[in-house]
Amino acid sequence: MRRIGIKEVEDIALGASLLGAGGGGDPYYGKLMAMGAIKENGPVELISPDEVPDDAVIMPIAMMGAPTVLCEKGTGGNEYREIYEMMSKYLGKKVYAVMPMEAGGVNSMLPIAAAARLGLPMVDCDGMGRAFPELQMVTFTIGGVSATPMALTDEKGNSAIFNTITNKWTEELARAVTMSCGGSVTVSLYIMDGATMKAYGVKDIVTRSEKLGRAIRSVKEHPEMTPEEAFLLASEGYRLFKGKISDVLRETNGAFNLGRVVLDGIGEYKGRRAEVSFQNENLAAVVDGEIMGTVPDLICMVDTETFVPVTTEALKYGKRVLVVGLKCYEMWRTEAGLELVCPRYFGVDTDYIPIEERVKGGDR
Amino acid sequence: MYKLGIDVGGTNTDAVIIDENRNVVAEIKHPTTDDVYDGIICAIRNVLEISGVDRSEISQAMLGTTQCTNAIVERKNLAGIALIRIGAPATTGIPPMVDWPEDIQTVVKDQIIIRGGYEFDGKELAPLDVEAARAFLEKVKGKVHSVAVTCVFSTIRNDHELQIAELCREIMGEDVHVSISSEIGSMGMIERENATILNAALHEVAGRLTEGFALSLAKEGITNAEIYLSQNDGTLMTMEHARRYPILTIACGPTNSIRGASYLTGVKNAIVIDVGGTTTDLGVIQNGFPRESSVAATIGGVRTNFRMPDIISIGLGGGSIVREQPDGSVTVGPDSVGYKIGTEAVVFGGSTITATDIAVRLGMADLGDPKLAESIDEGFALKAMETIRAMAEDCIDSLKVSSDDVDVILVGGGSIVMPKNLAGTSEVYNPEHFGCANAIGSAISKVSGDYEKHIDYDKIPRDEALARAKAEAVELAVAAGAIRETVEIIEVEDVPLAYYVGNTSRVRVKAAGDLA
Repeated sequence: MRRIGIKEVEDIALGASLLGAGGGGDPYYGKLMAMGAIKENGPVELISPDEVPDDAVIMPIAMMGAPTVLCEKGTGGNEYREIYEMMSKYLGKKVYAVMPMEAGGVNSMLPIAAAARLGLPMVDCDGMGRAFPELQMVTFTIGGVSATPMALTDEKGNSAIFNTITNKWTEELARAVTMSCGGSVTVSLYIMDGATMKAYGVKDIVTRSEKLGRAIRSVKEHPEMTPEEAFLLASEGYRLFKGKISDVLRETNGAFNLGRVVLDGIGEYKGRRAEVSFQNENLAAVVDGEIMGTVPDLICMVDTETFVPVTTEALKYGKRVLVVGLKCYEMWRTEAGLELVCPRYFGVDTDYIPIEERVKGGDR
Repeated sequence: MYKLGIDVGGTNTDAVIIDENRNVVAEIKHPTTDDVYDGIICAIRNVLEISGVDRSEISQAMLGTTQCTNAIVERKNLAGIALIRIGAPATTGIPPMVDWPEDIQTVVKDQIIIRGGYEFDGKELAPLDVEAARAFLEKVKGKVHSVAVTCVFSTIRNDHELQIAELCREIMGEDVHVSISSEIGSMGMIERENATILNAALHEVAGRLTEGFALSLAKEGITNAEIYLSQNDGTLMTMEHARRYPILTIACGPTNSIRGASYLTGVKNAIVIDVGGTTTDLGVIQNGFPRESSVAATIGGVRTNFRMPDIISIGLGGGSIVREQPDGSVTVGPDSVGYKIGTEAVVFGGSTITATDIAVRLGMADLGDPKLAESIDEGFALKAMETIRAMAEDCIDSLKVSSDDVDVILVGGGSIVMPKNLAGTSEVYNPEHFGCANAIGSAISKVSGDYEKHIDYDKIPRDEALARAKAEAVELAVAAGAIRETVEIIEVEDVPLAYYVGNTSRVRVKAAGDLA
């Protein structure tokens, strides 16, 4: 067990924007919620999955809805209490701890706010190890955990528990209620016991986020190596390309932020070209026609000077980025994992080949 | 009749006089003084003397100043304020100023979050808690003289903000300053609230600034002039408007340079590079107005979201210090000898190699004693110039929206250090009077008319409604002093409001034209 205060929140938020792999939204408003909750209630206890009893109830916390609405309404702060009481009553058992569903973007921050306001510990674990665009894309689906009962509440005190027959129904019903409630709600889904969390969760992911954030902040403080070397070492990333954005092609289909970005090589990549496609998150990196990495591995773009991650919304002509590939969580590489998040599911026409094999012979 | 344009920068106070045909009659630079009005008065006196223009012939005086920015950055002269946020039961999860630096949080003496506000579609989130606001205002009455009012989704509907503003005046008196967020910021409640707090805290600075400027003019015998302040978007504010919205002056410096550069060259679409003594600001002029930034702007450690020109600043100027690094590379800046350039630069007999010395060494400029620059190794000078070029070309590239070549306008006193053949450009202009582009930009600023109304498109068809709104905005601009033939529509916005009767939209139109 250790404590998470304001300083740690800053680092986790920065790390989470890297693990967002281009998506997950800007964690800024989430960070403010976590900071506000910690200022009012004190630091949060972060516990390792091993400290959780097998029969303890673990409650993931996330937000659902439009990020633009979240940036006006924030949260009320009582939503977590509402969900906690509703779930404890529904299950006939007290909730032991909260956890994030998603390590990337804004949803990495809300469980910190929830833990501070509820006085509960947060488990150092999530269900993705990154960000993904769809509800069923969590490791717990592999473990057969149902998304429901799903609890939902708005800041006004309206709340509901859903029991649905498929994840598609969960998504559909929850979206309808979210709109009626004003466009942004707090939810808990994939509620599970400690044993399941330990068997399927991505362990130590909050700590990893924090280390990544701290590493990005201090890349220039290593006299023995260049900032880029320091970044690659800390992130365990594979360098895929370095270039200047020469074109951004976007299309919106309502639900997702789709498109691709074209990069002209700079530095040692001069004269070469790369393309990164995205659907909320980055999907694949192709260098001179050769696929260098795909989902479920993390394809990330970071600023070449500051190493601050660049989200897909912030891509624009002229920006210089380093494209790096990070290994995804092992479980995504199994048959059951790839069934949920293989490249073809996202429209990338290739088999999944792990990033470390794709770059073999390339430069680490 | 003549216009007098003044720009107060960190290093210099510039003044220009332009005639009715908008020709520059005289320009001068004077060092900015601790008491800025001493510098303003000296600048006015000198420019009048050089021009020979009769004081009574000055019909308009415009001031662009960074005093509000400095007040925030240096935490000086900020007024204590009270904050009312309308938004409970939403928004309470993020307390006000949660990520502000501690030394500036103290401007808010008391705060409250009350029930009220709207959903994204204009539906009421909660009924407005007038009683809570009343009790709070009774408590802070007499302790503060400025109130910031923010409300969730007030950009969609601001009735609750207006109601609370009215209550402030009822309880605290007509003299109270009230800043409401819907008039200051855009979507993103926290950034909008931050900007509103800063605006409210600036009201004393703004009061002194407007009075001080009027007094400086009066002291120099200019008593026939209408007085204006420049704002971020390249239009002018009356003194009364400036007292209400001082935060809108924050980025007028770069805006004025950009517009001045455009005026001096007649080019309406270009990248403008304003090279000062310590820093260079790069911005984009689009159809005669500065391109706006799409990202949050941080001022003095506070994140805000009101409209700012899209500016990149780098530590490169005429006084930038040039050094050889252990690996043989040559760096320029970010530190500068600043206003001491006249004694420290090599060409002025000093011992610090500056960017200006490099320009003189390479024959790009004739300044000080060029013989002194010969002590600088030519290879070193060429390397330094390549560094300057690379810095500028990088910035030009990141301001572009496509790989097409663009026109570039070089202005500012330090622009002599810039190479004229930059990659990615089609033409590089270096106009006459380049040193005072900002004061010229201030003098030629436009005056605007803002129209805003809720219109039901079921009753008035959209095309007709927009045409009428544009016509009214033009009339407002003319009423504010614009020459009718020069008025253009510079902004049109209509936002559908789903929960109003019929098919209601909020229509906003801004028109701007040249002052008569």
